[in-house]
Amino acid sequence: MRELGLTIDKIIAGDVRTASRVISFAENEDARAAHILKALFAHTGRAKVIGITGAPGSGKSTLTDKLAKEMRRRDKKVGIVAVDPTSPFTGGAILGDRIRMSSLATDPGVFIRSMGTRGQLGGLAKNTMSAVRILDAFGCDYIFIETVGVGQSEVDIIKLADLVLIVNVPGLGDDIQAIKAGLMEIGDIMVVNKADKEGADRLVIELETMLDFRGEQEGLRPPVLRTIAQDGEGVPTLCDQIDIHFEHNQKIGLLEKRRRRNLRLEVENLLLDRFTRRMRQVITAADEMDNLTESLYNRETDPYTVAETLGESMKLP
Amino acid sequence: MADLREQFAAWSAKVQKGLEKHKERKEVFLSGGGAEVKRLYTPEDIAGIDYLTDIGFPGQYPYTRGVQTTMYRGRLWTMRQYAGFATAEESNKRYKFLIEQGSKGLSVAFDLPTQIGYDSDHHLSEGEVGKVGVAIDSLKDMETLFDGIPLDKVSTSMTINAPAAVLLAMYIAVAEKQGVTPDQLRGTIQNDILKEYIARGTYIFPPSPSMRLITNVFEYCSKEVPQWNTISISGYHIREAGSSAVQEVAFTLANGIAYVEAAIAAGLEVDDFAPRLSFFFNSHNDLLEEVAKFRAARKLWAEIMRDRFGAKNPKSQALKFHTQTAGCTLTAQQPDNNIVRVTIQTLAAVMGGTQSLHTNSRDEALALPTEESVRIALRTQQIVAYESGVADTVDPLAGSYYVESLTAQIIEGAKAYIERIDQLGGAPKAIERGYIQQEIMDSAYHYQKSIESKERIVVGVNQFQIEEEPPKGLLRVDPAVEVMQKSKIAELKAQRDSQKVAELLKALREACNSDENLMPYILEAVRAYATLGEICQVMRDEFGEYVAAAML
Amino acid sequence: MSDRTIRVLIAKPGLDGHDRGAKVIARALRDAGMEVIYTGLRQTPEQIVAAAVQEDVDVLGMSILSGAHNTLFPKVTALLKEQGVDDVLVFGGGVIPDEDIPFLKGHGIEAIFTPGTSTEDVIAYIQNNLKR
Repeated sequence: MRELGLTIDKIIAGDVRTASRVISFAENEDARAAHILKALFAHTGRAKVIGITGAPGSGKSTLTDKLAKEMRRRDKKVGIVAVDPTSPFTGGAILGDRIRMSSLATDPGVFIRSMGTRGQLGGLAKNTMSAVRILDAFGCDYIFIETVGVGQSEVDIIKLADLVLIVNVPGLGDDIQAIKAGLMEIGDIMVVNKADKEGADRLVIELETMLDFRGEQEGLRPPVLRTIAQDGEGVPTLCDQIDIHFEHNQKIGLLEKRRRRNLRLEVENLLLDRFTRRMRQVITAADEMDNLTESLYNRETDPYTVAETLGESMKLP
Repeated sequence: MADLREQFAAWSAKVQKGLEKHKERKEVFLSGGGAEVKRLYTPEDIAGIDYLTDIGFPGQYPYTRGVQTTMYRGRLWTMRQYAGFATAEESNKRYKFLIEQGSKGLSVAFDLPTQIGYDSDHHLSEGEVGKVGVAIDSLKDMETLFDGIPLDKVSTSMTINAPAAVLLAMYIAVAEKQGVTPDQLRGTIQNDILKEYIARGTYIFPPSPSMRLITNVFEYCSKEVPQWNTISISGYHIREAGSSAVQEVAFTLANGIAYVEAAIAAGLEVDDFAPRLSFFFNSHNDLLEEVAKFRAARKLWAEIMRDRFGAKNPKSQALKFHTQTAGCTLTAQQPDNNIVRVTIQTLAAVMGGTQSLHTNSRDEALALPTEESVRIALRTQQIVAYESGVADTVDPLAGSYYVESLTAQIIEGAKAYIERIDQLGGAPKAIERGYIQQEIMDSAYHYQKSIESKERIVVGVNQFQIEEEPPKGLLRVDPAVEVMQKSKIAELKAQRDSQKVAELLKALREACNSDENLMPYILEAVRAYATLGEICQVMRDEFGEYVAAAML
Repeated sequence: MSDRTIRVLIAKPGLDGHDRGAKVIARALRDAGMEVIYTGLRQTPEQIVAAAVQEDVDVLGMSILSGAHNTLFPKVTALLKEQGVDDVLVFGGGVIPDEDIPFLKGHGIEAIFTPGTSTEDVIAYIQNNLKR
C-alpha cells in the first residue's frame, strides 16, 4: 500500500521513469496497473486531450511535433501518445512516429510515448486511455493523441479526446480523404496541411462546402485552417483555435457533456472487455466445443441454441 | 527459329528426365539482384533484339556497347582510389602516395561533419572528426589538402553532396592561389542529394532548396568551370542500401530525370548542362548480371535523353560513369577473400565499360584501409588492365545470349519502375512518400533472409567458416585529430577579418531569399575564410533542415 | 519473463547515414513479435536516453558505422546510469574492430554484433538476456 502511494506521488511529481513504467504495466495488462490507475483517477481530468487523425502521408507526426513546440513556447507541459499498427501476424510493430519528433526528445516538458495497436481496431491502442490518464496525472497540460493513420475508419478517437483535429492534405488522389474515412462528422477543427501544395485552395473550399452540409451540431462550426507543418506555418493559429474551442465548449457545457459521455463509454468498454474475457474462458473451457462444432456442421443443432446454452453458463439472461 | 524451338524442346525433355536422377543444386537459381536465372539461354531469348537499333556500335546511339569508339584500346579507364582520412596533412600524403603508385585521378573522402556541414568544433561532430574521411573546415584545410598537387594536371572527384557548392568553391579558390583558372579544372562533385534522402543519409536541407543549390552549380559551372562534372548521379549507395540491380538502374535514372527536369525548369538548355552529367554505379558479385546492368543503364539513358528531353548533342545522350566495387560484399571474416571478390567486381566494371574505377581494399569491413591493402586494390585493377585481356576488345560479352537477354530484361524492369515513379509525380515525390526507400528496404530484407536461410552462400560467413585470430594492425584515426582541428578553427577565427566574413555571410543570407545564383556568394565567403559550418548554418537558418520519415 | 511484448529502441547515434543494418534488424525484431521504436538518423546520446526512458524499453540497440563508437556508445550508457536505468539490455552493432569490444563491454555495452551476424542470433540474444 505504501508502495502504491509512493508510485502515485512520483507520477504526480512528474517522475518520467515511474510514469513510463506504469504505462507499460497498463499496456501489458499487468495486475499492478489496475491498482495504480484506480488510485490515480482522482488526480486526473485536468489535461486537455486532443486527438489528431487523418490519412496516411498527411503529415500528422510533423504537425504534432510543431504543435508540441508551440505549446512549449507557451510554457505548457505536453504529452504525446503516438499509435502505430501492430502486425496481426507476428504481434510485432515498428513504432516510427518519434522520428519526426527528435528535437522534442530532450525537452523535460515533453513526454512522448509510442504505442502499438496490439489488436485494437479503430485507430488507437488498447490502453491508450490509460496512457493518457497517466500523462494527465503526470502534469501534462495538453495531451496529443496521434492515431494510426492507415486510412481506415479511425473514429474511436472521439471516445478519448476532448477535441479532434482532422488533418487533410492536397494531392492525395481522392479529393477528400476525411469523408471516405467517415471522419467529417467527428472533427472539431479541419487542418489543411502542406497548404503550399497545388490543390490546397480547392481542398479548403471542398471542406467548407462539406461542412455546410454537415447539419446542426453543438459547438463552434469547425474552422478550416491551413498549415505547412514542415515550416511551422499556421501552427500558432491552430493552437489559438484549440484554446478557443476549449474555452467555448467549456462555456456552453459541451466539454463536460463529452467527458461525461466518454467516461460512461469507458465503463461500457471495460465491461465489454470483461464479458469478452469471460466468454473466451467459457468457450475454451467447454470441452464439448469441438463436439458442438461438429454437431453444428452436421446440422444436428443450431448456433442460436448453442449460444443460449453457453450464455446460460455465463449467467447471461 | 522453328527448328531451334523444336530441338530445344526435345533437349529440355531429355534434361527433365535426367533431373529425376540427378537434381540440380537448387530448385530456383537467382541472380545477385534476385532475378530468376534460366538453365540455358539460346538465340530465342534474344530474338526480339535488333542489333543495329538495340545494340549498335560503340560511341554511337544507343551506346549499349560503350560511350567511346575504341574504349580501352585507346585509353584505359581512370584508376581512381577514394581516399581521405584524419587531417588534410595526412590525406595529402596519401594522395601523393597514390599518384606515385600510378593513380591518375584523386578522389576525396570527407569526414561526416564536413559532409553534413558542421565544423569540427560543433557538438554533433564529437567522435566523428577525421573518421571516414578528411576533415575540412575552411579554405585553410583545403589549401593543405592539395599542397604540392598541381590542380591543372589532376582530375579530382569529391564525394560531397549537401554542401557540394561550398567544397567546389573552396577547390576553385585553392586553384586560384596556385594560379590555375577555373576553366582548367577537371573533376567531379557528387552533388546528388536525392540519393542521400533515399540511401546515404548525409542530407542537410529539404528537397527544394537542395535542388536549387544543385541547379545553381549546373548554371555556374556551365559558364565558369566548363570541364567540371557537376553531378555524379549515384546508384552506388542505393545498391549498398540493399537494392537489386534493376532497382539500382531504375532509381538512379529516375533521379537523373529529376535533375534534368529541375535544370530545365530553372531555364537551362538541356544540351548546355547534360554533357556534364555523370553517373556512379556499384559493381557487385554477379559478374554477368552486372555487365548487363551497365549496358542496360547506358541504353536506357540514351533513350531518355533523346526521346524524353529532346537532347541533340551526343554527349548529352552518352552515359559516362564511375564505378566502385561493392563495399557491402566485403566480409569481416577471412578478409583476404575480399581481394578475390574485388577482382570479380573489377572484371564486371571493365567489361561493362566504366570510365573510372575505385577498387575497395580487403580490410574495409574492419576499419580504414592500410597502405598495403590500398596498393593491392590498385594492383587488382592494373592486373585486369594489363594481364587479363578483357580490355583489349570493346564490350567483349556482347552477343552472349545470356548477357543480351539480361540486358533487355533489366531495361524492361527499370522502365516499369520509372513509369511507376512518373505516376507518383517523379523521384522527389516518390521519395517523399517513401516509395523508393520501401522498395529498397524490401529487397535488403529479402537478401538478408536469403543469407540466413543459406539460399545464398557467402563464403566465410554462412559456409566455409574457420576459427580466426582477430585482425591486427588496423589503421586508426588518432583522437587527437579532433583536438587539432578545433584549435585550427580557433586560430583561423582569430586571424581572419571576421568583420568581412560577417558581411559576406549576410550577403549570402540575403541571396538565399532571392532567386540569385548562390555560387558567387559562397565563393566570396570561402575566399574570406568563412568556415564550412558558418556558411551551412546561414543556409540552415534560411532553408530549414530535412527530417527523414521512418521507412521500414 | 512473461509473454508480454518486448519493446526495443533501435537508435543511430552519430552522423553516419548507413541505416541498412539498423533497419534490417528493426524489421527482423518486429517479425519476431517485438515492438520496435526507431528514432532515425543523427541522434545524440541525450536524445537516445530520453527516448529509452519515455518508451520504457527492455532493449536498446545502437548502430554506428563511422568509427565513432568508442566515443558515443559509452556516453549513452553513462547517461543511462545517471538516470538510474539499470534494467535495459544494451547492445551495439556496426563496423567495430574486435579489439574495441572489451572496452565497450567494460562500459556497459553488453553485446557487439559485427557485420555478418544473423538476425536470428540477435533475436535469440535478446530473448535470452532480458533484464526484466
